[in-house]
Amino acid sequence: MTSPTLRNLPRVASKNRHWLGLGSLLLGLFCWWLAARVSGLPAFILPSPSDVWTRFIKALLDGSLFVHTGVTLLEILLGLGTGVFLATVLGYLVAKSRALERALSPYLVASQAVPLVAIAPLLVIWFGPGMFSKMLICALIVFFPVLVNTVVGVRAVPPALHDLMRSLRASRREILIKLEVPAALPVFLGGLRIGATLSVIGAVVGELVGADSGLGFLINVGRGQYDTALVFVAVFTLIALALMLYGFVILLEKKFLNWQER
Amino acid sequence: MTVSKFPILTVQDLSVVFPDNNGGLNALDDVSFEVCPQEFICFLGPSGSGKTTLLRILAGLLRPTEGQVHFVRSQQPKIGMVFQQSNLMPWRTVMDNIKLPLELEGMGESKARVRAQEMIELVGLQGFEDNWPRDLSGGMAQRVALARALIHDPDLLLLDEPFGSLDAITRERMWTELSRIWQARQPVTDGPGKTVIMVTHSINESLFLADRVLVLTQRPGRVKLDLKVDLPRPRKEDIRYTPHFGKLARKLREAIE
Ligand SMILES: Nc1ncnc2c1ncn2[C@@H]1O[C@H](COP(=O)(O)OP(=O)(O)OP(=O)(O)O)[C@@H](O)[C@H]1O
Ligand SMILES: [Mg+2]
Repeated sequence: MTSPTLRNLPRVASKNRHWLGLGSLLLGLFCWWLAARVSGLPAFILPSPSDVWTRFIKALLDGSLFVHTGVTLLEILLGLGTGVFLATVLGYLVAKSRALERALSPYLVASQAVPLVAIAPLLVIWFGPGMFSKMLICALIVFFPVLVNTVVGVRAVPPALHDLMRSLRASRREILIKLEVPAALPVFLGGLRIGATLSVIGAVVGELVGADSGLGFLINVGRGQYDTALVFVAVFTLIALALMLYGFVILLEKKFLNWQER
Repeated sequence: MTVSKFPILTVQDLSVVFPDNNGGLNALDDVSFEVCPQEFICFLGPSGSGKTTLLRILAGLLRPTEGQVHFVRSQQPKIGMVFQQSNLMPWRTVMDNIKLPLELEGMGESKARVRAQEMIELVGLQGFEDNWPRDLSGGMAQRVALARALIHDPDLLLLDEPFGSLDAITRERMWTELSRIWQARQPVTDGPGKTVIMVTHSINESLFLADRVLVLTQRPGRVKLDLKVDLPRPRKEDIRYTPHFGKLARKLREAIE
């Protein structure tokens, strides 16, 4: 009788953990509500959950939330796409050539030392308050983690597998497609996971500096009009966007890394 | 097995020096030998005597510092290689690992799968086609590696201590399987035939499998002894208790020092 009980143990535990997560979320919401209630602060300083909900419904119905979310999402996707593409190509080349690495490393290290938040205004001045400057900031912030992980991933391809491919007279293209891409994928996707989360930050920083649409713009509007509930709505939408992107990368990992040990 | 007297591979005055801090590390020194078609050759030598280095040169993975390798029939023979570790691609299933050489030759997917299935049966891995390498035992992984090395019908099979990581019983079973597979792949009538060059630490393994055993010295590796193994085939496990086997084993043991 003991063994079936034991075998059920892990499953029970993981179910419990699910409830724990949900429970702690509800508890947090309750604390927030309580704090708003007890402190007696006005809604423009600390809106209660129900204020935020009402504001959310309103923004949803008048269509503004859709528009601004769409703008930010587009900036994120364009920036993420550009940043990941450039970082992957350059990362592959750097991984293959020590000379290129040595030539580029001062720039790469220096680019890491530049606080992107501080030069975001500069980029907005140069490239205008439109979408392009946001896309650029987004791409820049995504670039480095993806580059580093691409380099590490490609360098970590086992030399013995290179020997195997060469003993079979594989072409460079075949080595890239059948060896280097799948072997580097786990580390690369790790970089993409970081990059996906950072890309949201990049877009919002750009919008906060200067924009006429997007969720960062909405935050500025809410702040200016003492519509703090709107700020909350925008922040929660941003969190949802970040989680969605993160979840998408996790999905990719589940699909392509199913050969790895859990 | 009739071994043709004309060599298919000649190796002349091979020397390899790896650069290091004090004047270079001499891994192989003046190694010369010839291999005839259909021959099964074993290299026996202590650790560090340059056995892996020699195989890498024969596979075209490393350029020797001096000397040359000459294949009589073609400049680039088709090569199948089994490495010291099984060296499977962890992101490919057993089936997909085995058919890799056929993919690289551009064979169609369905045809390649049929061939791979035959190889899987040859090495006794039916039912494991869709397993990941992480789920295989050491012996199973090494059999996958062997199947992968054989599937594209190579002219030259290079084996680098392929059974080194196996337990004694599995290893002996693999010896029998390997000599069976190797003999089954020889042409019935007169043809070029398949040549095997295998590296090993084990005297028994070399005598069980080889037509000739070449003993390498401690670093730098030189050919110290070239011994013809005239034991009848097929060889069964109990051949090692015959007096002739004992005599050959003693010669090898003395050469290894
Ligand atoms: N790429 C390399 N660069 C520098 N030195 C090397 C390289 N490859 C091998 N060596 C050296 O050459 C010598 C012979 O190595 P090799 O791997 O051929 O020995 P081996 O006979 O296969 O040994 P083992 O039985 O342990 O596998 C060793 O001393 C090794 O350190
Ligand atoms: Mg070796």
